[in-house]
Amino acid sequence: MALLLSVLEQGLIYAIMGLGVYITYKILDFPDLTVDGSFPMGAAIACILISRGAPSLLTLPVCFLAGAFVGMLTGLIHVKLKVRDLLSGIIMMTALYTVNLRIAGKANLPIYNMQTLFDNEAVDSLTGWIPERFRTVLIIFVITILIKCLLDWYLSTQSGFLLRAVGDNDTIVTSLGVDKGLVKITGLSIANGLVTVSGCLFAQQQRFFDISVGTGTVVIGLASVIIGTSLFRRITVWKVTTSVVIGSLIYKGCVALAIRMGLSSSDLKLITAVLFLGILVLGMERKKKVKTDADIREHNKTL
Amino acid sequence: MLTLENITKHYNPGSVNEMCLFDGFHFTVQDGEFVSVVGSNGSGKTSLLNLICGSIDTDGGSIQVNGQDMTRKKSYLRHRKIGRVYQDPSKGTCPSMTILENMSLADNKGRHYGLRRGVNKARMESYRELLSQLNLGLEDKLHTRVGDLSGGQRQAVALLMSTMTPIDFLILDEHTAALDPKTAETIMELTDRIVRKKKVTTIMVTHNLRYALEYGNRLVMMHEGNVILDKSGREKEEMDTEEIMGIFNRISVECGN
Repeated sequence: MALLLSVLEQGLIYAIMGLGVYITYKILDFPDLTVDGSFPMGAAIACILISRGAPSLLTLPVCFLAGAFVGMLTGLIHVKLKVRDLLSGIIMMTALYTVNLRIAGKANLPIYNMQTLFDNEAVDSLTGWIPERFRTVLIIFVITILIKCLLDWYLSTQSGFLLRAVGDNDTIVTSLGVDKGLVKITGLSIANGLVTVSGCLFAQQQRFFDISVGTGTVVIGLASVIIGTSLFRRITVWKVTTSVVIGSLIYKGCVALAIRMGLSSSDLKLITAVLFLGILVLGMERKKKVKTDADIREHNKTL
Repeated sequence: MLTLENITKHYNPGSVNEMCLFDGFHFTVQDGEFVSVVGSNGSGKTSLLNLICGSIDTDGGSIQVNGQDMTRKKSYLRHRKIGRVYQDPSKGTCPSMTILENMSLADNKGRHYGLRRGVNKARMESYRELLSQLNLGLEDKLHTRVGDLSGGQRQAVALLMSTMTPIDFLILDEHTAALDPKTAETIMELTDRIVRKKKVTTIMVTHNLRYALEYGNRLVMMHEGNVILDKSGREKEEMDTEEIMGIFNRISVECGN
């Protein structure tokens, strides 16, 4: 039971990060490594705010804005300075390592005995009737679903349509009279905002910040996205975002099982890498390249 | 009216492969003209379109639309008043989005893309009506992903999308070249119908000499960055395929093709 609860809690928290990676990797077709820095940044901001006595609810908007800001920087580096997508992310990830240490003041910042989102007076009075061990998972569930629905809504707006269009075929965005660079920057901002919120929740659930919590975040995110989207490819009953959330839960479940079977937690990154490779190979999705129809063109010319 | 004045364009400047395509190039298109541009590969047809749309920059000279200087205007801003259909049918549409979503995107061109709903339900009927004019049965497939359509169907949708909002120019960049002959014919007829109905100034680059003769009211042949033949109105109507083919072959031979 405890294992199931912890899988649900962590799976749902990482699902928010997965939704961010879904935006960059699937929609924008942009392998964004900023995530490895923006996730721990959320943890650092949450811990420093809470340890200074700020209300825990405040950590969510602050983290989203901070994440959106670093996402915007990645976008600007890529779009305005014309640095390749992968490298833009690596530059930001590296820079954020120092920034995160500066935010938290040290490499490890615990917030035991502090009021967090999952453990404060308001929550206690509202959810007093629920057994204590279910409270955290319930709150996380509500937050994750809320964020998922907000993202679904955004993707159905005109602005969201542009975001979907730019990853699909950026020529058409220019044809529509819109600056495609701006659309990409917007997408990266929203994505990293979500990732940072995820890191913020993670720190409050674990009750500490550690500089190493971000390592491999992008791989976990990609794994969730790829598991979710490939397993439920044929399912149209629910939205892709739902598949990503479920993908994250499945991923966390697999990791928990692996540890349960006797692997130590220091083996975790190796398990992650192997799992990820397996998923990539099994669910190999080649980018659909459109045929150039060169033959037909030749044929046409002779007419 | 579109005016290109004294255009200079070099490719690969500063390298051994430096090539001067345009040197003092002039070109004017009057409102309401339907210009077909032909010429061999490397003659500057597509570069001409790219210069007009701002996809490539000029090295010198100016581009004016209705007296307004456009030379330094950003490509995406110019496209607000330009409809463009590409040779590759996948360039003019979003494959992962439905026909309805694609048309909704195009319908909002030139305006702000904000947080209103992407699909305006009230406009669905008019999209259906537009699609039914294609006679491809697409009006019943509003919720089909464009990526699942054939190349010809996609190109038809792209053509509709590029002309949904008021534009100054329609730019057709070999838009039938990637289609089979039958479909190419259909798309060409559709193009002609739309151009006549909207009375939109059109520049069409094509490799198909027959289309160039049959459609439009002005024919331009380009060679090595120059206009070597420019016929409009009666003069154009009196030309035939063999005459054009003759000129075309002559310059090709000079080139060593």
